[in-house]
Amino acid sequence: MALMLIKFDLKKRVKLAQTVWFMYWFAVMAGVLVFSMGLFFKIELRKRSEFMDNNESHFLPNLLILMGLITCVTNAFGGKICYDSLDPSKFAKWKPMLKNFLVSCMCFNSLLLMTALLCFLMRIPLQFTLTEGLKNGMRYYKDTDTPGRCYMKRTLDLMQIEFRCCGNDNYRDWFEFQWVSNRYLDFSSKEVKDRIGSNVDGQYLMDAVPFSCCNPSSPRPCIQYQMTNNSAHYSYDHHTEDLNVWKRGCRDALLSYYGSMMNTIGALVVLVTILEVAVIIGLQYIHSSLSTLANPEDPESESEGWILEKTVKETFTDIMAKMKAMGKGSKVEEGGEAVVATVS
Amino acid sequence: MAVGKVTFTKAEREKLAEVLWLLNWISVVAGMILFGLGLFLKIEIQKWQEVMSDQEILYAPHILITMGLAACGINFLGGKICLDCADTNKFLHWKLVMMPYIICTFFFTSCVLAGALMCYSIRSQLEESLFLGLRNAMRYYKDTDTPGRCYLKRTLDLLQIQFHCCGNTGYRDWFQVQWISDRYLDMTSSAVVDRLRSNVQGKYLVDSVPFSCCSTLSPRPCIQQQISNSSAHFSFDQQSQQLNLWKRGCRQTLLDHYTSIMQSVGLIVLLIWLFELLVLTGVRYLQTAMENVLRLGDPDSESDGWILENSLAETAHSNFNIIKNLGKCYQVDDDLNINIPAATAQQEVPSQQNQIPAAS
Repeated sequence: MALMLIKFDLKKRVKLAQTVWFMYWFAVMAGVLVFSMGLFFKIELRKRSEFMDNNESHFLPNLLILMGLITCVTNAFGGKICYDSLDPSKFAKWKPMLKNFLVSCMCFNSLLLMTALLCFLMRIPLQFTLTEGLKNGMRYYKDTDTPGRCYMKRTLDLMQIEFRCCGNDNYRDWFEFQWVSNRYLDFSSKEVKDRIGSNVDGQYLMDAVPFSCCNPSSPRPCIQYQMTNNSAHYSYDHHTEDLNVWKRGCRDALLSYYGSMMNTIGALVVLVTILEVAVIIGLQYIHSSLSTLANPEDPESESEGWILEKTVKETFTDIMAKMKAMGKGSKVEEGGEAVVATVS
Repeated sequence: MAVGKVTFTKAEREKLAEVLWLLNWISVVAGMILFGLGLFLKIEIQKWQEVMSDQEILYAPHILITMGLAACGINFLGGKICLDCADTNKFLHWKLVMMPYIICTFFFTSCVLAGALMCYSIRSQLEESLFLGLRNAMRYYKDTDTPGRCYLKRTLDLLQIQFHCCGNTGYRDWFQVQWISDRYLDMTSSAVVDRLRSNVQGKYLVDSVPFSCCSTLSPRPCIQQQISNSSAHFSFDQQSQQLNLWKRGCRQTLLDHYTSIMQSVGLIVLLIWLFELLVLTGVRYLQTAMENVLRLGDPDSESDGWILENSLAETAHSNFNIIKNLGKCYQVDDDLNINIPAATAQQEVPSQQNQIPAAS
């Protein structure tokens, strides 16, 4: 008993071919969309590659770009087949390879679904890359005279301003790094010498943050220096002051930014997969309806269309039997050759 | 002598009507573009409205929005009229409406031109408005507890960060206003009291700037306090000073930003105006050609179309006379309805003569 059998006459077949042709064109545009989303994601990763330690994996955007291209090509091809299905002579040349085409489309669809799943899971490796990258960013903030790192200060400042964040987890991360270059420290001053002597690594650490951490919504002018010393500023309590600098850490800010981008892309890829499944079903109906014409010479005769020729269970056992036969066939050949070799 | 006289055959008239129908539909799209441009301009101005002292600059986008909507309506009607004009029978429906429609469209087109010219002439007014607006914003920067002004600090900080500018003309403008609120000043400290006493108005003036003036391009951490005292900071040489803060004034930066937007918008509006003028001319030719066909009586004959029936001077003269006569119609001498004794005596005699033969 075939799966989802439908009877077709000429009019219905023509309507089916036209509908599936339209759907294929939508699918081509969906392929273009997937390609452009992959490209966009790649560019966004590149933009902030400095905070990912130049180590970020471009696997996902590259995969999306590849999937987008393959989707476009297969769907354009499928559209051509649909267009030709209205003309029996043209369709005859496609008929032999149609079954293989449908099977390869199914495999490609499952790859697409896996890509969507990857989009949702990508967040985890990104988190680790960002933590490392931001730590290094803050460490090299002061090295504006070292080639290769001289733009780190500018990039980090612009990022903290744009994403409204400060430090890795919060603003206190800045207290652990020397972010003022030695070029601008007066080593003859007692205060500088005390600070440098106060820790093992000989670093000039202070409880201060760069200006890019400042929050414009604060009602008072920004307090960047001596942040933990309440008596240094009039009417200031650093425990309760929450509008002075950005409270969010940059790792969280960047993760949520990329996370929402990847969730959107993943959702769109799932929708594209569903569209692909629909066009495959449509093409299968066209294929089956054109191969079961009651009178092969008469294009106006009735026919039947289905998704699977037998039930799911029977098809599955058929496939299993075929695979076993293929495995046995190669064994018999080997045995036959050995016999021939001994005989001759 | 008619102005711009052109002779049309029947086929040419129909072609003209078709072309005008298409052009009118393109004009509807142009009207939507005009509406969109007005909306865009309004949003751009409203973003930084708080640093502009007068709101007259909003006239330009409002005119563009109104003209955009009017263009859609007028050209939609025009398209309908032109479609019907190909046929002389259908033209009769529209005959009375055509002349008012053309006059209306002429006024509308001149308003579009006025809107375009306003976009170009806005610069001087904008400069004055920005100067006063920024000066007030800097004065009220510290008033984050006063209702109505509490967001000025945030707006000004975001402006300086986004546009890479500091102060009105330069960063020294901040030295002349008290931008730190009294709430955060320790009035018992002698340093604070000295500063307050050092100037006539009792303001706490410092040679420091807010954090939003800091340049992201500087190689060293930002120096905001004691800017004019280069010995207060280690190795604060000329080059460090140049790169430390944003050099430009916000007035100049905002002026350039808005002028470039206005010029692009003005150019597009001018192009739309030219297009509308073209459509108006076409409709006028079609109207005059169809009217002449009706006057000649034969729908298949050739007819003349023109822009003005007589020369410009004669048309102006006759319109002027019409306006003069409109004013005269309420004067006593010419009104026949008013009772004047000499006229009524003459009228009574004929009526008596009429009655006598009836009685006998």
